[in-house]
Amino acid sequence: MQHMRTSGPGDEVAALDVGAVSHSYGQKRALNDVSFSIAPATFTVLLGLNGAGKTTLFSLISHLYDTRHGSIRIFGHDIRRASGEALRRVGIVFQARTLDLDLSVYQNLSYHASLHGIGGREARQRIAALLETVDMQGRQHDKARSLSGGQMRRIEIARALLHRPSLLLLDEATVGLDIESRAGILATIRKLVQAEGIGVLWATHLIDEVEDADHVVILRLGDLVASGKVSDVTRANGGNSIRETFSKLSRVDAAGMAETSP
Amino acid sequence: MSAPAMPGKVAGIMPVRSEPFGLRHYLICLKGVVLRECLRFLHQRERFISSLVRPLVWLFIFAAGFRQVLGVSIIPPYKTYVLYEVYITPGLCGMILLFSGMQSSLSMVYDREMGNMRILLVSPFPRWFLLVSKMLAGVAVSIVQVYAFLIVAWLWGVKAPPLGYLYVLPALFLSGMMLCALGMLLSSLIKQLENFAGIMNFVIFPGYFASPALYPLWRIQEASPLLYKICLCNPFTYAVELIRFAFYGQIEWLSLGVVAGCTLLFLGGAIIAYDPSRGLLIRKQDMGGNA
Repeated sequence: MQHMRTSGPGDEVAALDVGAVSHSYGQKRALNDVSFSIAPATFTVLLGLNGAGKTTLFSLISHLYDTRHGSIRIFGHDIRRASGEALRRVGIVFQARTLDLDLSVYQNLSYHASLHGIGGREARQRIAALLETVDMQGRQHDKARSLSGGQMRRIEIARALLHRPSLLLLDEATVGLDIESRAGILATIRKLVQAEGIGVLWATHLIDEVEDADHVVILRLGDLVASGKVSDVTRANGGNSIRETFSKLSRVDAAGMAETSP
Repeated sequence: MSAPAMPGKVAGIMPVRSEPFGLRHYLICLKGVVLRECLRFLHQRERFISSLVRPLVWLFIFAAGFRQVLGVSIIPPYKTYVLYEVYITPGLCGMILLFSGMQSSLSMVYDREMGNMRILLVSPFPRWFLLVSKMLAGVAVSIVQVYAFLIVAWLWGVKAPPLGYLYVLPALFLSGMMLCALGMLLSSLIKQLENFAGIMNFVIFPGYFASPALYPLWRIQEASPLLYKICLCNPFTYAVELIRFAFYGQIEWLSLGVVAGCTLLFLGGAIIAYDPSRGLLIRKQDMGGNA
């Protein structure tokens, strides 16, 4: 299936540009002057241990929280000033399950389509095609409640793609899934980057989900400690592998303070 | 710390704008939100049954028992003596709207806790439009419940003028909007689902009993001038009177003004509360969140 994406010439602009973003919960600093950008049609892994600030960053990018310090641009559209334009280009899979369990798969997807102004035959066609993409064809009339965790995730991915976004954000999308489901979902997303040219920001704390060709952004206690191609980040930090580099960069002492790299 | 930009970013190129949403897209969105609320309602049969049983218990048991005790005399809009069951029917319609409005805000708290609310809030449509759609959806479900109650009441012999069932529709709609907007505003103030029970007790019961739903205001004034003043400050009082007069094809202008004004006030408050840059979501962020 070929996606008709909502950008076009705008592909020359960064898919996501995070500029000097800070965020606090009261006195507690969750993100501290974080800046990075990701190019269209790339798979970027947002790495960080629990509490690193990944979910906060997702909430800011998706405009659930207000970006009070710094700026976030999606294909050039500022999330504060032009949130509608920005959100039209983003598909989001949240860490928490967000399907309505009382509704069927089709009803869940159709609801999301309407929230993007897509209705009627067009919505039906897109739903059918995407269920095939995520290997869930024939399940549209099943209640969401009857699906397994992995199947729910697949439906959430299909839902995030319904409005043909150019940037897909996935927050810990494989948490709680078995190895087979994890691999299947990861493969589906990587295929989308290759085949459809969608930019992906994949937040995880599972280092084995990173491949050599990926880009990584590493957060530690709200600070950005590294970003770039896997090979560049590994080399720049004197590691032999991204696993070793990530382990070194995310090390935290017993008091919860980041340890300085030697 | 600032990291170098990754390849692919070309500075200075203007972002491409999509074709703006037209009326058709807005209607699709509205239809989707209303349909989802209706489907949720249909899937929760217990909710429908309890919403119907509650006012019927009042009508069948309370009203029958108190018919002899609580005389209501002839007051506008009634031109003749009416049975107590007839008097409390508009109040019971208001009760359904009140419970339903709170129920829909309860569903918003539930949706927020379960994460479904995020799907609504990350829609590219303006936040105010999404909240109004959600409100309209709640009102549509409320009105279905009111008419189901009125049918059973009619079968029980509690009848309004035939055209009253049509005239009352705009009053039900406006009152439902006010109560849904109030529920939405309250839902923005609540951090967890557990806290909602307290709000229900502090809003529903005082709101319902300090109103002319069960007894006329002149009786309340005789019994307690203070309670009478409280009733006059209660927006639900005006919703009930608006519905009562509408059943007889009359407009109670003061009630119409108060209900319309309160609808705008509560809706404005809810829109501000759900605006990530201005409202109470900021306070929630400040109180703590999942990093």
